[in-house]
Amino acid sequence: MRGYRYLLNKIAWACLTVLFVIVLNFFLFRILPGDPARAGIRDPRMTVQAQEAIRVRFGLDKPVINCFESLNPLRLGKCGVNPLDTQFFIYIRNLFRGELGFSYHTNRPVVDMIGERLWNTILLTGPAQILSIVLGMGLGLLAAWKAHTAIDYASLIGSLVAWSVPTFWLGILLLFWGSSKLGLPIGGKMTAGATYASTAEQWLDVLRHMLLPTITFTIVYMGEYMLYMRSAVLEVLAEDYTLTAKAKGLKTSRILRVHALPNALLPMVTIIALNLGFIVSGAIFIETVFSWPGLGLAVYEALNRRDYPMLQGLFLLLALSVVLANLVAELLYSVLDPRIKTG
Amino acid sequence: MSEQTQTTSLRGLWASLKRNPMAVAGLFMVLFTVLLALFAPLLAPYNPKESVRVTVDDIYAAPSSAHWLGTDDAGKDVFSNLIYGTRVSLTVGFFAAFISLAIGGTIGLVAGFVGGRVENLLMRFTDVILVIPDLPLIMVLVALTKPSLVNIIIVIGILGWTGTARLVRSQTLSVKERKFVLRARSIGAGNFYLIRRHIFPSVFPLMMVNTVLVISLAILEESSLAFIGLGDPTTLSWGQMLNFAFTRGGMSSGAWWALISPGFAIVWVVLGLTLLGQGLEQVFNPRLEWHHLSKAKRMVRRIITRSVESDKEEAS
Repeated sequence: MRGYRYLLNKIAWACLTVLFVIVLNFFLFRILPGDPARAGIRDPRMTVQAQEAIRVRFGLDKPVINCFESLNPLRLGKCGVNPLDTQFFIYIRNLFRGELGFSYHTNRPVVDMIGERLWNTILLTGPAQILSIVLGMGLGLLAAWKAHTAIDYASLIGSLVAWSVPTFWLGILLLFWGSSKLGLPIGGKMTAGATYASTAEQWLDVLRHMLLPTITFTIVYMGEYMLYMRSAVLEVLAEDYTLTAKAKGLKTSRILRVHALPNALLPMVTIIALNLGFIVSGAIFIETVFSWPGLGLAVYEALNRRDYPMLQGLFLLLALSVVLANLVAELLYSVLDPRIKTG
Repeated sequence: MSEQTQTTSLRGLWASLKRNPMAVAGLFMVLFTVLLALFAPLLAPYNPKESVRVTVDDIYAAPSSAHWLGTDDAGKDVFSNLIYGTRVSLTVGFFAAFISLAIGGTIGLVAGFVGGRVENLLMRFTDVILVIPDLPLIMVLVALTKPSLVNIIIVIGILGWTGTARLVRSQTLSVKERKFVLRARSIGAGNFYLIRRHIFPSVFPLMMVNTVLVISLAILEESSLAFIGLGDPTTLSWGQMLNFAFTRGGMSSGAWWALISPGFAIVWVVLGLTLLGQGLEQVFNPRLEWHHLSKAKRMVRRIITRSVESDKEEAS
């Protein structure tokens, strides 16, 4: 029963965090100085009627929140209005309906715009994540096994450098080199205006566009995975059961494979799951540099256009994915390591 | 509990740090940057704030004897901008880390020392903040307020304290139960006295180590913000130099000098701080470096030296 309660506890906390994120997401865009109405309607040539029409269209004519006289001595919000007719209530109601409002820039539903971009980000980050996990963990295992040798120091320094390199700068370097020396495309997902004889040819074009951003992504994440894997394996190899295994005369390869790897995987699973939640945050820079039409580029565009509904929707998605990844990490950990359940 | 080596004196710290060549390299990288920032007006051949008369040839001019690293999109000397940029990065890093340290340190100390419900509440709050993705939130906050250097520092500072809070809390918890604290309490020392005289001095070194890493993160975050176009328009930081070079035709005019050098500067500082921070961490909180598959002799030697060290400590 204890495991059951642990599970419920974690889920309850995730729900509470989601609630916090939703409320934060609403007030962030309304309390802070940048007024969404004025930011969206900046054109001085616009008539008052037209401005009002836009306010109505985006629901900005309604009061932000009801003041709830009896509960709220500071009288925050507007008093004497129907609480169901406030921006806050409508925002929550729309969330439950799966609506995130309309983009100021394109006047289209934010959900649709995010949906179009989502797959591109997954297409870009999926293979890169797998590559960086495999390479980073392999390198980490090797470095830990050969601790304090040239291999270890080289990969350690390499990983620390990769960790310190700003993602966008690495992207710029690769783009600069790849586009001038290798003739790779400078950005986007496909060549503009190209016609393809077959689907295979189209995919080949996408792959050519994917190559440089994928390499950038892989290098950046690989360093992190390598560092974590190295310290995880080091810890396992210093355990007494490793000594026992060695004393029994097991081959090094077998000790690494049967003892070190599975035990080191435990902390790695958590780190990988946690990282998955931060993928889109990392993608902001890579997609901006390579003009890859994913969620990261959408964040950049929304920021520069002050497209608040879009930004709000994207931020909600980013935060929710991290909360979810966190929950998955904790649950996975408790499944993989039965000792945790008592905690 | 694993044995903990307390290195309080500065000389003792240096003696431990000296054994870690990577940390020493990091220390020198950081010191070099600090010197550059301090003496920027003496070292930089040009003053970036000075307005210059520019002809077409001065824009993205290749490196020459007049401009060691060429010029940027406005015809300004990249090398001088780079040197003055250290000031921006270090200012942001230092002050943002100071804010983080103050918030995280207070929350961690209070949570660890008071315990009970207060601790539970504070740590839950920390967990919630920890989950919210930093960089997007920083970007949104900076975009909504005015992107001035002060705003950037405050925003980075008030979102970067979670790691410090957790660290300080766990350290406080372990110090709180140490014998000398219990003894002081039993002879009537008050809470405030205990925190000031016993807990804080033991937690402080670890906090300082953490600060080094927080500074490096803050510098990275500032460069990222500036690159995305959310930098302070009145000061030229490395991220902004990259933003200008990238968005204003540096790529198509092949101005590698304007694209490569600011990134090198960022890597230099962040790597220096990371190496130093990791080295210091190793001093205060030694982790395993030898194991059963490494050369057997070394493992044995390590164990012997460790037990000798702990014997010495007990004797003193």
